[in-house]
Amino acid sequence: MNIFAVISSLQNTVAQEPFGEFSWILNILFYVVFIIFIFYGQRIQMYVMIREVEGSLYKLKYIKDEGRKTAIETIKEIGKPQVDPTVRVDRFLEYFTISPQSLDPAGVVWKLEHILDVRDVRFKDEVKFMAPAADETQVNNLENTLEAAMALNYIYKVIRHYYLLGKKTLSLYIIMQLQMILPLVMREAEAYASALKAFAYGQPIGDGAGALVAAKLMYGHEKRKIPKDCVVATVPIEGRTAYVIKAEGPGGNVGKIGDGIRTVIEENEGKIATVIMIDAAMKLEGEEIGEVAEGVGAAIGGPGVDQFKIEESLLKYRIPINAVIVKEDIGDAVSPMRKEIFDAVDKTIERIKQVILEKTKEGDKVIIAGVGNTIGIGQ
Amino acid sequence: MSRTPQNSSTKISSFVLVIIFIGLALSLSALMVALAYFGSGNEVLAGYFLLVGFLGVALSTYVLFQTRRRIMRLKIEIPPVTTTIECRKCGFKSVREFQRGDYIFKEVEPCQKCNDKMLITAIYREVKEKLSP
Ligand SMILES: [Zn+2]
Repeated sequence: MNIFAVISSLQNTVAQEPFGEFSWILNILFYVVFIIFIFYGQRIQMYVMIREVEGSLYKLKYIKDEGRKTAIETIKEIGKPQVDPTVRVDRFLEYFTISPQSLDPAGVVWKLEHILDVRDVRFKDEVKFMAPAADETQVNNLENTLEAAMALNYIYKVIRHYYLLGKKTLSLYIIMQLQMILPLVMREAEAYASALKAFAYGQPIGDGAGALVAAKLMYGHEKRKIPKDCVVATVPIEGRTAYVIKAEGPGGNVGKIGDGIRTVIEENEGKIATVIMIDAAMKLEGEEIGEVAEGVGAAIGGPGVDQFKIEESLLKYRIPINAVIVKEDIGDAVSPMRKEIFDAVDKTIERIKQVILEKTKEGDKVIIAGVGNTIGIGQ
Repeated sequence: MSRTPQNSSTKISSFVLVIIFIGLALSLSALMVALAYFGSGNEVLAGYFLLVGFLGVALSTYVLFQTRRRIMRLKIEIPPVTTTIECRKCGFKSVREFQRGDYIFKEVEPCQKCNDKMLITAIYREVKEKLSP
C-alpha cells in the first residue's frame, strides 16, 4: 500500500463524512501532492542527493582541515621553525606534478623518473626549509605527512568541484555519479587521515609489511647502503647466500628498490638464481587480512618506474622472479600496522624459505627485496 | 536544542534539525486532532490521524538520532598503538604505549633484570572487530 492509496482511501472516508470543510481541504491537498510528485519527483530526489553529498563534503572538509592542522602542529613541534610555517604549508598543499607526455611512449619511463626525482628533491628542500631542526628521519616523516595532507586537500577539492557543478547545472547525472562513488571516496579519505597521523608520529604502517620482512631477515647482519635510499645485507639462508634489500629506515621512505636490485645483480654479473619480492597487496573484500599468497612477477606498486627497471634487469640475465604478498585493504595499508599484518611477517619468512629450498640449489645466490614504506622500521 | 557544535558540522545539522522539528510538530498536532475526533465519536478518522501522527513521530525521532550519530562520527579516532620491548639475553618482555621516536629494531634502555640492551621488536595496533558470519 503506497502513500497515494492511503491518501485516496482517507479522502473517500472524509467525503462520506458530514464534515464538509475538511473534505474539500483534503481533496485539494491530495491533488497538490499528486501533481508535485508527478512533475517534481525527480527534482526532489536530486535535492535529497545534493543534501547527502553536501553532508559528505562537510565531513571531507573537516578531515582535510584536521590533516592540515596536524601537519602544521607536527612541523612546529619537531622542526622548531623561526617563522610560522602555515603559509608555506598552505602553498605546499597546492603543489602539483605534471606527468610526462606519452604520445610517443618510448623512453617515457625515464622522463617520468626524472620528474618524480625533481618532485622528491623539491619536496625535501621545502620540508627542510619549514622544519630546520628536523633530522633525516624526521624530514622523511614530515614529507610523508604533508603528502597525505596534500592528498586529502585534493580529494576535497575534486568532490567540491563536482558538487558545485552539479548544483549549478542541476544535472541529475553529475550528482548521481558523485553520490555513487562517495562511499569509496570517503573510505579513501579516512585512510589518508589515519595515514597522516601515523606519519606524524612515525609509526609503522601496513604497507611496510615487506620492509619489515626484510628488516627481520637482515637484523644482526652487516648492512651497506646502495642506490638509492636502500640498504642491503648478505644473509646466509638454508645454505644459500641471500642479498636482502629494503628501503633505509626508520624514516618514511620507499627507496628505489629497482635501482637497488639492479645494483646487486650487476655486482654479481647476473649470477643470481632467483629474485623474491615481498610486498603488501590489496585484498578483495571477504579475504582475510594478513593472508600470505605466492606468485610470480615484480611485486611493487607506485608509478611503475621501479617495476620497469626490475623487469629490464631481470630480462637481461633471464633471472626468474617470485613474489610473496601479504594481503590487506587500503585502510590497513596506510594506517598503523595491525597485529594481523605483523603476525603475517613470520609466516612470510617461512614461505620465502620454502621458495628458496624449492627453486634454488645450495651455494646459489638469491635476492630478497622487501618493498614498501619503511616508516617506523629500522634494520 | 541548546547544543551548538563548534565545528563545521553545525550548518548541516541546523538545517536538518529545523525540518525534523517541523515534522515532529506536525505529527504531534495530528495526534491532537486524532484525540479531538475520538472525543466527537468519529473513530475511523481518528484512527487515520493516529496512524499518521505515530508514523511522523517515529520517523522524525529516527532521523534525529541519525544526525546525532553523524555528528559523533565526525571525529578521527587515533587507534592505540603498542610497542613491545624485548631483552635479547633473558627474554624479559614489556609492552607499553607507542612513543614518538620508537621504531622496530631500535635499541632502548637497558634491561631491568640483566642490564643488557633491550630492543623494540614490535609496534602494532590491535583491532577488536565484531564477529561476522
Ligand atoms: Zn634481560
